[in-house]
Amino acid sequence: MSFQVSLGSDANAVANATKIKINNLNFFYGSFQGLRNISLDIPEKQVTAFIGPSGCGKSTLLRVLNRMYSLYPGQRAEGEVLLNGENVLDSSYDLNALRGSVGMVFQKPTPFPMSIYDNISFGVRLYEKLGKSDMDDRVEWALKKAALWNETKDKLSQSGLSLSGGQQQRLCIARGIAVKPEVLLLDEPTSALDPISTARIEELVSELRTDYTIVIVTHNMQQAARVSQFTAYMYLGELVEFTPTAQIFVKPQDKRTEDYITGRFG
Amino acid sequence: MNGNPRATNPIYRRRVWVNRFNLVMSLATMTFGMAFLIWILVTLFGKGFAALSPTLFTQMTPPPGSDGGLANAIFGSLMMVGTAIFIATPIGIMAGIYLAEVGRDSWIAKVTRFVNDILLSAPSIVIGLFVYAVIVFQFKQYSGWAGATALAIIAVPVVVRTTENMLQLVPNSLREAAYAVGAPLWQVVLKVTIKSVRGGVITGILLALARISGETAPLLFTALNNQFWSTDMGAPMANLPVVIFQFAMSPYEDWQRLAWAGALLITLTVLLLNILARTVFRQKTQ
Repeated sequence: MSFQVSLGSDANAVANATKIKINNLNFFYGSFQGLRNISLDIPEKQVTAFIGPSGCGKSTLLRVLNRMYSLYPGQRAEGEVLLNGENVLDSSYDLNALRGSVGMVFQKPTPFPMSIYDNISFGVRLYEKLGKSDMDDRVEWALKKAALWNETKDKLSQSGLSLSGGQQQRLCIARGIAVKPEVLLLDEPTSALDPISTARIEELVSELRTDYTIVIVTHNMQQAARVSQFTAYMYLGELVEFTPTAQIFVKPQDKRTEDYITGRFG
Repeated sequence: MNGNPRATNPIYRRRVWVNRFNLVMSLATMTFGMAFLIWILVTLFGKGFAALSPTLFTQMTPPPGSDGGLANAIFGSLMMVGTAIFIATPIGIMAGIYLAEVGRDSWIAKVTRFVNDILLSAPSIVIGLFVYAVIVFQFKQYSGWAGATALAIIAVPVVVRTTENMLQLVPNSLREAAYAVGAPLWQVVLKVTIKSVRGGVITGILLALARISGETAPLLFTALNNQFWSTDMGAPMANLPVVIFQFAMSPYEDWQRLAWAGALLITLTVLLLNILARTVFRQKTQ
């Protein structure tokens, strides 16, 4: 089944170009099929949320978008994932370049064992040769974008591990932004954080939408409602429903979606 | 005394006694093991410190009946152990990286891991014989190089094992995060994963160093010994373990004293390396 988003009178949603087009995607962990025939258009410069119960395949789907699964032998994807019209699942598609264009932030903060500055410049250096002052500017820009500059500007040479959990997660977002990706994947980015840090990250996601296409996996339906413009509900490896967020929570089309969001999920 | 009826419950009382019994037993076995270790150390320190003198470090191993030291043996040991670690470290670290980051569950990695485990527990005398057959016998010459080679073969599997184990401690999330910014494998390993367990890898090297600094059997067949000062790695070379072996077995008392002194030196070095490995580099792995 395929979902084309039909935009109603929803004031927030503007007609957008498709950034990532997923066609008939099937995913396998060995012989177990984790995703079944997913087709989905992720709109450009919008926040798209994947929700669903544990094990429904939402993280799996996210990890297909930057082919993170290919680190693990035995995991494979079939179908098409078109980024700017090119199929990233093609074995000829350059994996590192893909990950440069499609950044990712993980559930647990994962600062690299190096200074705050180097955490950010590490990714930039892979693709750009910048002088000292240009790199300084880039680091500052990324940290400001991630709302971390004021807290870290005086201790850029300290280890990234010295920051608090919420700061570490913003550092990871800054690191992801610094390489100037087109898409940012967020895999439950606030599930390990306290409510205040969570609120900051959510604000940040809303701000980043102006420049990036964002896909966020979340367990938290309120979070999906707060930050996203579009929401996909997944269940047992299938995409059940994909609509503007305002619509899915008010008037879900599918019985299974309704059961989940009203808490009648068995 | 205690009004809580649980305290006098027979099942509970039984547990208390079983607990005490087990505690006492484990303490007793620990004491038994420690007693021998302490006995060895007391004997060694007693006889070794009595034999310590500055001339140990300045004079050569003497013929029986005259004064002398261990200078040539100390130097030879340092040369061979140093060379062995210099060879074994890059090989061991790279093989460890291969096993943990690249090969992982591939059959070639499994075979390598299996062979490495065999090598890890291979009797050192077998490795000595191997180097004797391959190097000493071919060149018709006992040499420091042959000794260093034998020691390197013993050190490599230790470094491989610790490097791999340390890298396996790196959470996959960190590895994925490094790949997620678009870094190629070698950058991920050098800048992120190896770096995050640097302390553990260095500890592995120090433990390998400690392991080979006392090895005697592989040097008997390879470096042999040398009564004189020699810096030529292409010639037979004096070394502490073989000198200790020969001198301790001799009937001459001054030779036996030197053997005790040499044994003390090795023990202190190994002790120091272990302490270094466990203190200085420990925090970084956690």
